[in-house]
Amino acid sequence: MTPLLQVENLSKHYGAHLGCGDVSFALWPGEVMGIVGESGSGKSTLLNCLAGHLRPDAGRVLFDTREDGPRDILGMTEAERRWLARTDWAFVHQNPRDGLRMNVSAGGNVGERLMAVGARHYGDIRAQASDWLERVEIDVGRLDDRPRAFSGGMQQRLQIARNLVTGPRLVFMDEPTGGLDVSVQARLLDLLRGLVRRLGLSAVIVTHDLAVVRLLADRLMVMKDGRVVEQGLTDQVLDDPQHAYTQLLVSSVLQV
Amino acid sequence: MTAYNFAYLDEATKRMLRRAILKAVAIPGYQVPFSSREMPMPYGWGTGGVQVTAACLVPEDTLKVIDQGADDTTNAVSIRKFFQRVADVAVTERTAQASIIQTRHRIPETPLIAGQILVFQVPIPEPLRFLEPREVETRVMHALEDYGLMQVRLYEDIARHGEIARAYAYPVRVEGRYIMDPSPIPKFDNPKLNNSPALQLFGAGRECRIYALPPFTRVESLDFDDYPFSATKAAGQSCALCGSTVSYLDEVITDDAGGRMFVCSDTDYCAARVAAGSTEDAA
Ligand SMILES: Nc1ncnc2c1ncn2[C@@H]1O[C@H](COP(=O)(O)OP(=O)(O)OP(=O)(O)O)[C@@H](O)[C@H]1O
Ligand SMILES: [Mg+2]
Ligand SMILES: [Zn+2]
Repeated sequence: MTPLLQVENLSKHYGAHLGCGDVSFALWPGEVMGIVGESGSGKSTLLNCLAGHLRPDAGRVLFDTREDGPRDILGMTEAERRWLARTDWAFVHQNPRDGLRMNVSAGGNVGERLMAVGARHYGDIRAQASDWLERVEIDVGRLDDRPRAFSGGMQQRLQIARNLVTGPRLVFMDEPTGGLDVSVQARLLDLLRGLVRRLGLSAVIVTHDLAVVRLLADRLMVMKDGRVVEQGLTDQVLDDPQHAYTQLLVSSVLQV
Repeated sequence: MTAYNFAYLDEATKRMLRRAILKAVAIPGYQVPFSSREMPMPYGWGTGGVQVTAACLVPEDTLKVIDQGADDTTNAVSIRKFFQRVADVAVTERTAQASIIQTRHRIPETPLIAGQILVFQVPIPEPLRFLEPREVETRVMHALEDYGLMQVRLYEDIARHGEIARAYAYPVRVEGRYIMDPSPIPKFDNPKLNNSPALQLFGAGRECRIYALPPFTRVESLDFDDYPFSATKAAGQSCALCGSTVSYLDEVITDDAGGRMFVCSDTDYCAARVAAGSTEDAA
């Protein structure tokens, strides 16, 4: 089997300052990789390099394309990367405002990716948008409402629907539950877990909430100061952390 | 007359414009930047169209100028007079006799023929402007055919109004490639853009863009399979002067008491029908 995503020696600096350094890992189809670490440890930098939003200084990011098998996304044209971004990839932002069109209806938000790849039947687009609202537990009666009028949790669920509607093969999420109330977080997490299981999603999820990775991630990478200090199966890493920093991370959570 | 170069612009400027026009013809629907010149009329009075016309005119040309379909409106009259003065070309109100027609907001009812040039005055050339205000980004969207957002706009129309509520400047796709703003012509005129034997040129003066539809270009109005484009106008009305039921009509107020009637917006088409004694439906 070929990894869906193969990352080799990826590095990104901001001037002289290290964003993330020498990161390597493979993501297999159907697998969820969690990336944890404190604020400033390089999680978002890494994710944005993987998703083609940032250009790394060094390394390769091989994505197993449908047509041509593994290809380095850095060697792709902007047109190819944008095509992937609206078909096989999805990106869920921490702030739903960054991932939604606030002045477009919920239905239009969900339908945009379908239309971007050529869907031209209004009724079908609407039916699929309704179906996805249901799947993310938003009342279908809100289909024509703009997300402005939605709560934070609903906005985040709408962003997820908008991303998953085209059946992407790889989902990037940056702190999908960040900035939400605890009870809202729990519901979203539950929903995400259901979707991941049912759809067999492959995903890379950045978080500093260990509860999120405990529930969602098969494997875990721990980052500190831009470097991966430990990686392995989630349960292994959390229950038997090897690196001193991971031990600290795990114990600090237990204290909460 | 001797105070000006032929057609007002100097030869270097006309050459620059012609290069832009040639490029526009070579890439149908693509907006070509050009350096717009000061013209002796304010922006919004068709300076883009005037520059394109000036670059195309030759002494043998016969020019027609219309505004909202009419030859006798202030704007049309002043542009026509301008070219009579600076190019001394023949002018006409008859669509069939014109070799170049400059227009604002309409396409003549009389079908255009090979050899004719139709020049549109364009206020806002970028069809994606209201969705994405950043010029850098809209150019990338055109380059990458990233047009999902345009369709979202039409989706929103149907969701809100039950139909695509766009009566003017209805966006089109050119040869299956570029999305183009046909200028604020009524959508009733959109089918005339398609497969026309005439050369259609679009000039936006303030925005410094020229684009083109060479003869026999495929031009499709954007729509949905289940909400197909329809070039409708107000139904059930006919022209009070010539009786046409197939032409585009303007509603005009006829007296102080608020009396009103519908008449053809294309004055040449209407006058010809009246002269021929026709008060029945056009064939
Ligand atoms: N645009 C930028 N310019 C300069 N330095 C940056 C930039 N973005 C991030 N950094 C720095 O790079 C390092 C990694 O930042 P990054 O945002 O990837 O961390 P993070 O793990 O996502 O943090 P958080 O949990 O707060 O989101 C930090 O030291 C940060 O200050
Ligand atoms: Mg971050
Ligand atoms: Zn008439």
